[in-house]
Amino acid sequence: MSESLETPLHDWHVRRGGKMVDFSGWHMPVQYSGLVHEHTAVRERAGLFDVSHMGEIRLRGADALASIQRFTVNDASVLQEGQAQYTAMTNQAGGIIDDLLVYRMGTEDYLLVVNAGTRAKDYEWIARQAGPDVELVDESAEWAQLALQGPVAERVLGEVLDADVTGIGYYRFARIEYGGDPAIVSRTGYTGEDGFEVYLRPAHAERLADAILEAGAADQVVPAGLGARDTLRLEAGMLLYGNDMDEERTPVEAGLSWIVKNDKGEFIGRQALVQQKENGSPDKLVGLEVIGRGIPRHGYPVLSADGSPIGAVTSGTFSPTLKKGIGLAYIETAASALETEVAVEIRGRSVPARIVKPPFYRRQR
Amino acid sequence: MAEYPGNYLYTKEHEWLALDGEIGTVGITHHAQEELGDIVFVELPDPGARFGQGESFGTIESVKAVSELYAPVSGEVVEVNDELMDKPEVVNEDPHGAAWLVKIRLDDPSQVEALMSSQEYQSEIEE
Repeated sequence: MSESLETPLHDWHVRRGGKMVDFSGWHMPVQYSGLVHEHTAVRERAGLFDVSHMGEIRLRGADALASIQRFTVNDASVLQEGQAQYTAMTNQAGGIIDDLLVYRMGTEDYLLVVNAGTRAKDYEWIARQAGPDVELVDESAEWAQLALQGPVAERVLGEVLDADVTGIGYYRFARIEYGGDPAIVSRTGYTGEDGFEVYLRPAHAERLADAILEAGAADQVVPAGLGARDTLRLEAGMLLYGNDMDEERTPVEAGLSWIVKNDKGEFIGRQALVQQKENGSPDKLVGLEVIGRGIPRHGYPVLSADGSPIGAVTSGTFSPTLKKGIGLAYIETAASALETEVAVEIRGRSVPARIVKPPFYRRQR
Repeated sequence: MAEYPGNYLYTKEHEWLALDGEIGTVGITHHAQEELGDIVFVELPDPGARFGQGESFGTIESVKAVSELYAPVSGEVVEVNDELMDKPEVVNEDPHGAAWLVKIRLDDPSQVEALMSSQEYQSEIEE
């Protein structure tokens, strides 16, 4: 990897005391005031995340929808303008190339939001799969992205943006202007809280970030880093590409069967996924709650009650909300019944854990 | 800026040692707790356990990472700060004081010559 890339907010992070680390080739803040402090702020008030490293790929034209239908597993034909959808791209074997959001921007106009680490690979794959009448543009450099997540996000953002954010439903978005340029405000997120993601031109990113913190000062809204983003998403049972899914795992194994619409017509990976849905998969992603002291970490073995290996942890952390170790793990389907007691091997020690159904945390509505 | 007591000795693994006769009190440095972030578990040995210089005598775990604890000197553990089991956050709050980890009876006092002074340690972490 060459030098780290910087988001439009890089200097802003440094000025605010962000502790910078390399993430998927980007120089990003892992934390500012402290991971648990930021995590709690999001659960109780709100936190502001820079997620400008995410990739944005635009598809326009008469074949745009048909192309998206072909290379994603969810049914994009149900999307109305102003609506977003969580989906995945799979290869012929059903392995996950990436998970992504599809925004329907217009009649024949879609914006795909993909992971930073897979952007180049995704773009190549999409370019190969897209139909002839599609204009495909990698717009990643044209969009900064800020996520404001937490119970007061709606109030704060309503003050800052010239938009009726209250009227935006879950997984809906509005196209607005910010600084005289096009912007998008979307009721989506990666934390398990109510919140928004705002896409805007990089030149205006600092101004918006400052405005949000100023409007949120009374509620102690804080900038939050990748550390809190990871603990929040894990408590909410959301998967991280590269950890909890990759090209060796299918959406069915990853517990994402709900996004696989086998009846929508032909798509890449369909045959494999239909088969797996019918016959089951050898492994399955489950939630683990540690009983007692210990934190599951990526790669730690999972053992059955009699000590035989049945899988491995893909993501794990100490849950700041539940105050215990939680994790996601692929384990043998035969051993994956809910409430089964298993063990996580933590540095040579067998620590008991219980199989649970994510999410670990669900917000009060 | 954090204070690194001038009467403590320091290791490259970011532990400190405060000597009182043949007994050395061991903790992790302010820099180490800052790098680890919010600490949630501390695993310490039982009194009576023996460790060689540089050997792992326990672990300290934050929300995001786990780290080994290395004995700055060889010796026998004579006292353990059990309070940290229930209040690991003290390591973040007062790493050079209330969050001492263990007290060790030194086997060989000359081993402290390998450790760094406060000044040496501070220039080490500035790099």
